[in-house]
Amino acid sequence: MALIELEIILIAIVVASACAIPGVFLILRKMALMSDAISHAILLGIVLAFFVIKDIQSPILILGASIAGILTVALTELVIKTNRIKEDAAIGFIFPIFFSIGVILISKFAGDVHLDTDAVLLGEMAFAPFERFYIHDIDLGPKSLWVMGTILLLNLTFIGLFYKELKIATFDKALSKSLGFSPLLLHYGLMFLVSITAVGAFDAVGSILVVALMITPPATAYLLTESLSKMIGLSVFIGMISAVTGYGLAGLLDASIAGSMATMTGVIFLLAFIFSPNRGVYVQLVRQRQQKLTFASHMLTVQLFDHEGQKEEAWENTVSNMIYHMGWSPKFAKQVTAVAIQNKLITRQKDHLTLTPLGRETAKTAMTL
Amino acid sequence: MNSQQIAALEVQDLTVAYHEKPVLWDIDITVPQGLLTAIVGPNGAGKTTLLKAILGLIKPAAGQVQIFGQSYSRNRRMVGYVPQRSSVDWDFPTNALDVVLMGRYGSLGWFKRPGKKDHELAMTCLEKVGMADFANRQISRLSGGQQQRVFLARALIQDANIYFMDEPFVGVDATTEKAIVNLLKTLRDEGKTVLVVHHDLQTLKDYFDWAILLNVRLIGIGPVQDIITTDNLRVAYGGRGAEIGNALET
Repeated sequence: MALIELEIILIAIVVASACAIPGVFLILRKMALMSDAISHAILLGIVLAFFVIKDIQSPILILGASIAGILTVALTELVIKTNRIKEDAAIGFIFPIFFSIGVILISKFAGDVHLDTDAVLLGEMAFAPFERFYIHDIDLGPKSLWVMGTILLLNLTFIGLFYKELKIATFDKALSKSLGFSPLLLHYGLMFLVSITAVGAFDAVGSILVVALMITPPATAYLLTESLSKMIGLSVFIGMISAVTGYGLAGLLDASIAGSMATMTGVIFLLAFIFSPNRGVYVQLVRQRQQKLTFASHMLTVQLFDHEGQKEEAWENTVSNMIYHMGWSPKFAKQVTAVAIQNKLITRQKDHLTLTPLGRETAKTAMTL
Repeated sequence: MNSQQIAALEVQDLTVAYHEKPVLWDIDITVPQGLLTAIVGPNGAGKTTLLKAILGLIKPAAGQVQIFGQSYSRNRRMVGYVPQRSSVDWDFPTNALDVVLMGRYGSLGWFKRPGKKDHELAMTCLEKVGMADFANRQISRLSGGQQQRVFLARALIQDANIYFMDEPFVGVDATTEKAIVNLLKTLRDEGKTVLVVHHDLQTLKDYFDWAILLNVRLIGIGPVQDIITTDNLRVAYGGRGAEIGNALET
């Protein structure tokens, strides 16, 4: 593997990890859409900061652009507070305005700078290693690796320092405020992290795919674990896996690296969505079916119990009568009977069904409910 | 003892308004220490708003609140708060023990993490509400009554002098309701002051010493039998109040 490939993978891993960390709290605070707003609004911040600083490489530019993200959040919340418009509509109309002003400014005044609309939307990971970081003419590697590495470190530090405070402010805002923590300060701290992460990741993955990297790995982790610390760890891990497999996929398809990474986050999410041991759709379906069959088998014992020893038992207590009497489909009646036999509630001779002692007990309990 | 003479809670001229509509109007309340007090009134009477204004969660338009003779922010550590169960997302990835530990965060302050002693304390509090066996259970897998018990354990670990609880009996089964009442009475017997937003007038006499009857304005405050009169209920609940009052007397 060439050094440049290794560098790209490394950048991809760092970007994905840095995005996943604030994303966990966005998901838990039901603010996923805010990442979309921020990642778009920062474009205007980048352009304006560029006009002032005139240096696309300056770290001050990153800071300036992040402020645009925070302003978007503040403005959106201000509009929501007026009670004239709902939250989703407020988010939906504010950031596109910021974004479109950014687009106009770029096309009008910054045509010759490294900022074009394609790169803005999708980024270009493959070019990331070409911008090098030099100190005294010594090549220290790709610049974006340093930038994103610093942001990753910042995110880790913030979450590490304020883990407990973020947890309580997210779970129970009222209690956290009554205990003397400042949910508002933490909220804007978090929004700053989202903004600066989005700005940092902008070059590599653009303003749309950064949303996928922020939201999808935590959403996946949410399906897989029931502890906050594990959710954070797992989100980072899923982000890393998406980065590596995404890079592989991009090579295979000769396609955009960032696009392939985002696709992989979606694929991993889908797998978790279906197969998660606790919250997956598959387990849920199996569980529901099981419950339905168990309940039906209890109904069956009651029906058999009612007619046991009566003169009509010979025709009442048969599988064919269940189909008629309970309105079950032949297939379902067969399954219920099988479950009942398996649980030793009944025995079967040809069409005729007989309760076992356990089945009689089950019927009695079911009837007293 | 001098501290016995200070009111646990003193509210003066409290008015809260959402935009131009008053939700609480000129409320004056003094609650002595060591009482179990219900806050009652019809829907929209401002019961929850009163709690939130006392706890500084919403900014009143006017008025003052004193907890044991000091402002809330100074005596924060003396206050325990149990919000409505429905006010939090029970799908949050955490377990019962962890929720109880959150009650310790106030004493720990910024940055400091809960340690072994805090965990032991949390287990003791879970035992007190009969939830020790569920310490590691994810909170969404708890029943409504169990979730409420976890919330109470979280209040217990705060080891407060005055407790504010918002509708702790909503959506819990009869056994849990009885357990919660016993716990509240134990707290009261230990000398704590407990204020509970409540809406079941039938159980007022059995459960509480005092009642604060509210409908935007304060209608009455004092021992339950003095406050829950047919006249007062008519003022608070309108025509229906007279029926309730008669029903309670027979």
